[in-house]
Amino acid sequence: MKTPHSLHPLLLALGAVTLMSAGAYAADGESITIERPFDSLGFRNAILVNISGFTGEADAVLKQDLMFMGYKNVPAAEAKYLVSGSNAGRVEGRVIEKINNHQLHGRAYTGGAQRSLIHALADDIARAIMPGETPIAQTKMAFKAMSGSGKAEIYVSDYDGFGAQAVTRDNSLVAAPCWAGKGTLLYTTYKLGNPYIFAQQLNTGTRVAVAKFPGANISPAVSPNGKRVAMILSKNGSPDLYVANLDGSGLKQLSFSREAESSPCWSPDGQTICFVSQIGGPPQLYTVSASGGAPKRLRTTGVPSPTEPDWSPDGKWIAFTSMSRSFQICIVPATGGDAIVLAQGEDPSWAPNSRALIMSRGPGNGRHLCLLDVPSKQIKDVGRILGSDSQPSWAR
Amino acid sequence: MKSNTLITLLVIAVLTTSGAIGCRKKPSRLTNIPGQTGRPDDGGPSSAKLGSGPGLDTAPNMTPGVNTTPLDPSLQGNPPSGKNFDNYIPDASRFAAETVYFDFDKSSIKPSELPKIRAVFDAMKTMPTCAVRVEGNTDNRGTEEYNRSLGERRALSVREELVKMGMNPEMVPTISYGEDKPADSATHEAAWAKNRRADFILLTPPGGK
Repeated sequence: MKTPHSLHPLLLALGAVTLMSAGAYAADGESITIERPFDSLGFRNAILVNISGFTGEADAVLKQDLMFMGYKNVPAAEAKYLVSGSNAGRVEGRVIEKINNHQLHGRAYTGGAQRSLIHALADDIARAIMPGETPIAQTKMAFKAMSGSGKAEIYVSDYDGFGAQAVTRDNSLVAAPCWAGKGTLLYTTYKLGNPYIFAQQLNTGTRVAVAKFPGANISPAVSPNGKRVAMILSKNGSPDLYVANLDGSGLKQLSFSREAESSPCWSPDGQTICFVSQIGGPPQLYTVSASGGAPKRLRTTGVPSPTEPDWSPDGKWIAFTSMSRSFQICIVPATGGDAIVLAQGEDPSWAPNSRALIMSRGPGNGRHLCLLDVPSKQIKDVGRILGSDSQPSWAR
Repeated sequence: MKSNTLITLLVIAVLTTSGAIGCRKKPSRLTNIPGQTGRPDDGGPSSAKLGSGPGLDTAPNMTPGVNTTPLDPSLQGNPPSGKNFDNYIPDASRFAAETVYFDFDKSSIKPSELPKIRAVFDAMKTMPTCAVRVEGNTDNRGTEEYNRSLGERRALSVREELVKMGMNPEMVPTISYGEDKPADSATHEAAWAKNRRADFILLTPPGGK
């Protein structure tokens, strides 16, 4: 039995005893294979599957989809589930649980581009094996694509960067796209001169102002229920954290410092906002009640200058960027504590499954987007759209 | 299994076409009425309309506005100007020599930079109908939105100095581009130092000085 992390044999044995008492073991012929369902951070270990029968792009897409949902493609002898099918002509696929030869899923997919059909199959496979988890193969992301100094547009694409479409064509500067549900994006645009926050319906292109105050109107973050927006405004003389309804009404100021605040995000229950402040000198993460109150420092022990927090949908983690000589993607328990460095990169955004992150990487004038499977730290580059792609936001 | 999948796909299709979670706007919000803001925007600088995207329609409308938000200046600083300068003619070259530079990750004004701000103030005294826009910028060693806030803080700090010298705060609009408009896009300290700056843009009213 391979484990993704090298662990001391004694620790492994201890883990095995603990898990056996929980009943998480499988009889495999004469030997007993002990499975460790969760790693030391509490992420589910990759489920071993064997994928066969697919070719070319379909094969690659299916393997990548399953990888970012926590499945590892291994030889059939080591697999717990057999995923087989075909993309010759139509797309079809089935899942068999090896231990009892039981078919968990079987279906043919027609009526769309092969890539979309494979994404649908991948989600069905994930639902069949782990019904309680949120599949992500058919999700979307938004990002900022920069073509030159002071020129950027917002794009939306599949989560893997495929099928990118321009959401703005303003020949101006935009920043910080953020989803309100699955059909609306909020972002900052400089098209009218000053940076203002607008909401755009993706199907109609209709845009309405969310925040249009004197000074900076930047860094929008929509609450998980889609009704409130946290943002940074400088209308009172310094960049501070504010919250309002999505139509701009009910504005409330939540931070009151002379220093710069930035990058708010919401807890999944919508009660708390995490943001960056320099109240105490160097930048630190703080949390504050969405209804107001005193901000509390969130410890990110072990790494300097945390920025760009993003709260995982399951509420357990806050991903962020540590700024030092280079940018590091880190996670920290949502209650604060020791930070875990995952990879080089900036501006992480959680997938709906609280397992994968999308981030940007590279020099300021040539960034590209990457997907990261947090438990395995595996990274996959996403194709670049314009000169520099950054600020990804995963629709969830 | 099959029907579950179908239902899921149907739900996705409905969501995609209606595209409207968390976006239940009153119809009146969708229409921009000239001369009105349509937003509780506190007497903002413009009632400019942003057309549907992709593709914008007409040039922005303009109505002047005044920021009347009360504030204790000792706490945060002067509120940004709410006046609209859209039809003023910008001149980036007039004060090019007066660009204010900052230390890494700082928005405080270095003593070495104060004479430049004084020079701008002295020049502006001779052009009472003109305004000056302060544009805050950063290097790219911070993250993007962090830098957008830092650039704003820098622009507001320069503006505070001008106001302390006696300039009408209304005539000093500010803007931050963060790291998005570098003066030098190279990646070494000499370039970064050039990017940590606040530029002065002279704004002349349509009728001239």
